[in-house]
Amino acid sequence: MYDKEQPILTIKNLRKQFGKGCTICRDLDDKNIQKNFCPVCQTVYACRDVSFELYPAEILGVVGESGSGKSTLMKCLYFDQDVTSGEAYIQGYKNGNANIFAETSQQKKYIRNHLFGMVYQNPYLGLRMNFSSVGNIAEKLIGAGSRNVGFMTGRAQELLGNVNIPIYRMKEAPKNFSGGMQQRVQIAKALSNNPPILLLDEVTTGLDLSVQANVLDLIKKIQRDLKISMLVVSHDLSVIRMLADRTIVMLNGKIIEQGLTDQILEDPQHPYTQQLVHSLL
Amino acid sequence: MKSYNFAFFDEGSKREIRRATLKAIALPGYQVPFASREMPIARGWGTGGLQLTLSLVGKDDKIKVIDQGADESVNAVNIKKLIKNTTDVEETEFTEEATLIQSRHRIPEIELREDQILVLQVPIPEPLREIEPSEYITKRLHADKEYSGIWLMLFERIMKHGSMATGADHPVLVNNRYVMAPSPIPRFDNHKLNNSKALILLGAGREKKIYAVPPYTEVQSLAFEDYPFEVENMDDKVCRLCGARGVFMDELIDEETKEKYYQCNDVSYCLQRLNNEIAN
Ligand SMILES: Nc1ncnc2c1ncn2[C@@H]1O[C@H](COP(=O)(O)OP(=O)(O)O)[C@@H](O)[C@H]1O
Ligand SMILES: [Mg+2]
Ligand SMILES: [Zn+2]
Repeated sequence: MYDKEQPILTIKNLRKQFGKGCTICRDLDDKNIQKNFCPVCQTVYACRDVSFELYPAEILGVVGESGSGKSTLMKCLYFDQDVTSGEAYIQGYKNGNANIFAETSQQKKYIRNHLFGMVYQNPYLGLRMNFSSVGNIAEKLIGAGSRNVGFMTGRAQELLGNVNIPIYRMKEAPKNFSGGMQQRVQIAKALSNNPPILLLDEVTTGLDLSVQANVLDLIKKIQRDLKISMLVVSHDLSVIRMLADRTIVMLNGKIIEQGLTDQILEDPQHPYTQQLVHSLL
Repeated sequence: MKSYNFAFFDEGSKREIRRATLKAIALPGYQVPFASREMPIARGWGTGGLQLTLSLVGKDDKIKVIDQGADESVNAVNIKKLIKNTTDVEETEFTEEATLIQSRHRIPEIELREDQILVLQVPIPEPLREIEPSEYITKRLHADKEYSGIWLMLFERIMKHGSMATGADHPVLVNNRYVMAPSPIPRFDNHKLNNSKALILLGAGREKKIYAVPPYTEVQSLAFEDYPFEVENMDDKVCRLCGARGVFMDELIDEETKEKYYQCNDVSYCLQRLNNEIAN
């Protein structure tokens, strides 16, 4: 269905800043910025000219320390935040010729519901904690236009079953669930409309090690079964090592290195990446 | 008493309310903000509806005020008194005679005409409030026609209760554009909003909103394909006083026999039937 030789998602010069900027940081850009912000006007340059490609059925890892701009990148892609500038194209969406950031809010709603699934680091952002788990899945199906209760409950049970939520707990609210279960409900919800692209932001951060392994196995299984493309964000290189075919390294809002995950682990080029790899050993 | 302006407000205030009303008529189902005024009646007691009524009432109008179907409830009487004292217009209990009807929680049983206006009192005008507390966000959701949340709310009710179980205020889609809270009228009255010959105005004083269903506007009650919209079943209920069927009934308990019985909720309708003023 998708051309494997062509990227499914192409991102060009994505920028996101918090604040207006001033003459110092706007004109001279990089040189006068400390880490990712301007010391004069305090504007944060969270993502700076981020460009990369995601290929069909690939898991692309994004690694970097806290504050490097990973979550901002994800939120921009999922339209939770507006980009400052930049472009993104999706294979199969308007022949790959439409910059999705420039689409109408109606079209963005369509893209969000049909082309992306999102799993947030904080399950409170991705789930309605007081609604039933089935209802949480139904929300995505409703967003995609379903008005059939029987269809939606059936589909929700199937999806929740696939992430190992026991059937007798499916009508329970996620607020009663453990952290690992909440992430699994988020994953089920993200997959509900069979999107070609899944965005995962620190899915395992904060979970117990054994629970982490369990969720990582689930993600691998989903990728194998569904051949879905994934963008996996983590500050933890061991998570990236386990999941990602290729990896992007971010620092202060910029991509400083990218390549095959094995290559980056064996022969890191940038001093920051070297430091990151060494700490893993 | 003579120190009041006609209809309590100065002309400028009335004009401002009418301007908001015109905008509401131009955008069926859309909630138009207005500068809700202080009234000699506590907010929450129909000040939104009353402000609409006072901005519209003219010397030749005949007004009717009802509260849950009754013309004689304290709330209705207080509102009537204020209108009467500041306008001296005629009052009536007969739905057909009234040109301007203010109501809480009901639409009269007798079909309204093109030359009548119905004003409904609204406590919570925002149908999305239960799922989204922020006014800024609900405004954006309406602008985007993004109503997944309200459907989800109905879906959750089905999960919990096996039916949409909305009681009163079942959300409607107006003119295929805006989802609207029909004020807490029973589901039984929802179909009277659809293609109504009379202009229907809704006013929320505390929340400072006016909205409208103009004459001959399509109004659909939200429902799923496999869970259709259902009204309260009145088929097997007969009014003990007038013998009416198929209208909205109050359920009462006989003090002596402790038996359930039914009575028309629309009191003037019931009286007119008793007096043989409408066909039995
Ligand atoms: N809403 C916001 N307003 C201002 N600054 C923000 C906002 N969100 C994130 N930032 C800043 O942007 C930078 C990147 O944050 P984030 O994308 O969350 O990083 P990461 O996910 O890699 O830890 C940080 O410096 C953070 O403080
Ligand atoms: Mg983050
Ligand atoms: Zn600056």
